[in-house]
Amino acid sequence: MSAEMNTPVPADMVEIEVDGVKMQAPKGSMIIEATDKAGIDIPRFCYHKKLSIAANCRMCLVDVEKAPKPLPACATPVTDGMKVYTESRRAIDAQHGVMEFLLINHPLDCPICDQGGECELQDLAMGYGRSVSRFTERKRVVKDKNLGPLVQSDMTRCIHCTRCVRFLEEISGTCEMGGAGRGDRVEIGTVVQNSIDSELSGNIIDLCPVGALTNKPFRFRARAWEMSARPSVASHDGVGSLLYHHTLRGHALRSVPRDNEAANETWLSDRDRYSVHGLYAEDRVLKPRLKENGEWREAGWDEAIAAAADALKAHAESLGVLMSPSAASEEYFLAARLARSLGSNNIDHRLREADFRDDAARAADPVFGMSIAGMETADSVLLVGSNIRHEAPILGHRLRKAWKSGAAISTLNPIEWAFKFDLHENVIVAPQQLVSQLAGIAAALVADGKGEAPEHIANVVKAAGVEDAHRNIAASLVSGERSLVLLGQAGMSHPDAALLRALAGFIAQASGSALNLLPHGANSVGAWRAGAVPHRTAGGNAVQGEGLNTAAMLAESLDAYLLWGVEPDYDFDNPAQAVAALKGAKTVVAVSDFASGELNELADVILPLAPIAESEGSFVNLDGSAATFAPAGKTGGEARPGWKILRRLGAALELEGFNQVSLAELNEEMTAACAVGEVQTQAQRLEAQLNGAKLCRVGEVPLYSPDALCRRSTPLQGTVQAESFFVGLSPADAKDLGLAEGDQARVRQSSSGDAAAEFPVRVSEQVPQGAIWLRSATCGTRTLGTALGAIEVEKA
Amino acid sequence: MSEAVKKAGLQKAMEVLSEETRKQIDHWVAKFPEDRKRSALIQALMAAQDQHDGWLDREHIEAVAAYLDLPPVWAHEVATFYTMFHLEPVGRNKVNICTNISCWLNGAENLVEYVEKKLGTRLGDTTEDGRITLVREEECLAACCGAPMMVVNGHYHENLDNAKVDEILDGLK
Repeated sequence: MSAEMNTPVPADMVEIEVDGVKMQAPKGSMIIEATDKAGIDIPRFCYHKKLSIAANCRMCLVDVEKAPKPLPACATPVTDGMKVYTESRRAIDAQHGVMEFLLINHPLDCPICDQGGECELQDLAMGYGRSVSRFTERKRVVKDKNLGPLVQSDMTRCIHCTRCVRFLEEISGTCEMGGAGRGDRVEIGTVVQNSIDSELSGNIIDLCPVGALTNKPFRFRARAWEMSARPSVASHDGVGSLLYHHTLRGHALRSVPRDNEAANETWLSDRDRYSVHGLYAEDRVLKPRLKENGEWREAGWDEAIAAAADALKAHAESLGVLMSPSAASEEYFLAARLARSLGSNNIDHRLREADFRDDAARAADPVFGMSIAGMETADSVLLVGSNIRHEAPILGHRLRKAWKSGAAISTLNPIEWAFKFDLHENVIVAPQQLVSQLAGIAAALVADGKGEAPEHIANVVKAAGVEDAHRNIAASLVSGERSLVLLGQAGMSHPDAALLRALAGFIAQASGSALNLLPHGANSVGAWRAGAVPHRTAGGNAVQGEGLNTAAMLAESLDAYLLWGVEPDYDFDNPAQAVAALKGAKTVVAVSDFASGELNELADVILPLAPIAESEGSFVNLDGSAATFAPAGKTGGEARPGWKILRRLGAALELEGFNQVSLAELNEEMTAACAVGEVQTQAQRLEAQLNGAKLCRVGEVPLYSPDALCRRSTPLQGTVQAESFFVGLSPADAKDLGLAEGDQARVRQSSSGDAAAEFPVRVSEQVPQGAIWLRSATCGTRTLGTALGAIEVEKA
Repeated sequence: MSEAVKKAGLQKAMEVLSEETRKQIDHWVAKFPEDRKRSALIQALMAAQDQHDGWLDREHIEAVAAYLDLPPVWAHEVATFYTMFHLEPVGRNKVNICTNISCWLNGAENLVEYVEKKLGTRLGDTTEDGRITLVREEECLAACCGAPMMVVNGHYHENLDNAKVDEILDGLK
């Protein structure tokens, strides 16, 4: 006792006593925060540590000494010497009373409710409810609305905690739900539109303490207690969100977030949550296949590996390895070793990039300059070519948090994408002007005496006109103490990406900002470290005789290609060129989890790759931290984890370094080899390439189309976000071309030969003059050319 | 929301809300700090309701939200919360008879019954000729001193009896 008395209380803390236990809590914090920290259980429905305090469920009433009535623990600030009793008669009575009221209108349908078994109301009703209801009146019924393909609503079960309303207002910023009516007739719902379209909407399922909001595609598939939770990592962006796959008899049925303050906090983006529903699509590759005389037949692994090895060996001098940017690090490491052992440096994972001029200058370990978690404390941000909410939804959320605490966020974008934060400067220009506009910001910094543009981009900076917006952005970055320049996927896919990277790098350096490059895919950092690039081996060491990058491999028409987790008509910057190159090849070996029409057409051997949820390996996120994953579900058919396939291929080719007996052994070897040391980088002089084009396509990858798995998730493809069958024109260009909203337009790209496609026209002020908004990685654009490049549009 | 989409929303709001309504909204917005436009929501909806024959439809509610640069759901929440916002068409005159405790003790119940019979309509409904809407279940209007009382188009009438009600209602056009 005396020891406790002597503990000094810091100035910003107060001492309170809960159930006789003394504890310290920060001034101004709420009782529930202190008790949660101390592990004392107080029942609650509306309180959530990541949301604002509503104090409307009243379940957390506790007994506070000298208070005339029980007080809500979530909304009562601690005061010095406060004595709280969470289990006194008065507290328990109050909680029982609240529980009785909450259950008045709650249906007794637990046996048919999806939440049953994982329901906060059910759990607490066991502890605080009566065994028999005294309520004999009618219960109210709320008519349900269709909230879209992701979230199932059953609002009769709603207890009005408003967690979903607060989440959509505070976290996602979309304000898509509200409470209509008053008193006992309040109905929580979407009120305005029908579906909930936020890219983070699935989180309201986890937040809902009852069965009012449940996972729609998972509905009625299993009970919570039947499933096991298998930890895994999200595989659609470089954030490295942690998650659990819930599996039943080896099938992954749903995904839920796994707490990780460094990346996804307690959230999960819809893309990461619902992609699992594409796992068992009809075109999953379940057995090795060989093509004989144009006909597919199934084969055993031994035969298929031998056939693949023979094909690769026969064309080793003209072999290209093209890998998905979302493969495991171990796969990159072994694939790079395989290619290089066969004498080829032609390996790349940058399938959606178009400009490789600065390969020698690029960082060997391209991690974020400002960490994912740190982004929310940025005070000045410039987004260049980034629809960040779609490219990496969690990063969009982090930036929204930064904005809420006062950050000035500016954009330089080719489309006026919708953000959930206000913009300081909002420069929207067609892709042709992206370089000169970014150079304008660089020039503003030079004019302000913040530095001299490096030699290799000096011309570009000198030629740029400086406008007021450029000066404002430059000043904002300079004045920020934690400022950030982020180059997004539209920037990374730009035909002048090398220049954009160089300019962004200079701007960051001159303004004292961090630089974040946001590439496509989930494991780009892992690929760089493991040497899945043509000019560097594992650890960033320079190679002898640089290989061909993606664009060169496709332009050169090699004899043989090894495709790793790639759909040729969807996953390349220029699908038309990719398909043509693969058609011209003598042999194509595909290692793939899914095989659709075009891949079946082009490949000669297909080996079944286990998708991430059924595979093992590791990812490195954009912070550079590695996360391993193990099979969550039973591996479908005869599919195998990528590293095992490569090990067998290596063995069949009699190459050295393919005899690891376990993933752990491989991982250890890889980690040692991939440690990136001092890497010599060299910049070469750059000039803008894309300026002649009158119209330039902006082919962003739609939110739910970054990879084969997402494209097969029926629920994701049913959302409004997946809608991409349109060509967007600025009002001025539409007038010039004689096109109006709803007309049919025919588009043609020189980069795709003669292929043309038709789309309905959407005239939008979001599109700047000179830009044509035509998304890539979609069914309609698979025959077209480069995502950001010249395009012609005419009336169909 | 992107600026372009926002702009389109505002443009529509300008078409839906009359100049007079917008002037009234501006008047109320000016009373609050610049970042507290939400505070002007009730008065803004009132102005829109006055413009739109005494009731609010979805178009007008959302126009108010767009004009104030607020999420539309916030305007819907307010419009559905307060009983003085009408979400269905109403008659030319709104008659609210108070039925709360003081008026009830002083015979409001009989008064309601009398008026329902007189007008041939029920509480919450509108007469067939569209002349009068009997507003449903109006709660205490803070004139207990003159109970029973009613409000007709915003004007208070106290110490009512059947004759007085006849006189007032017959005078409505």
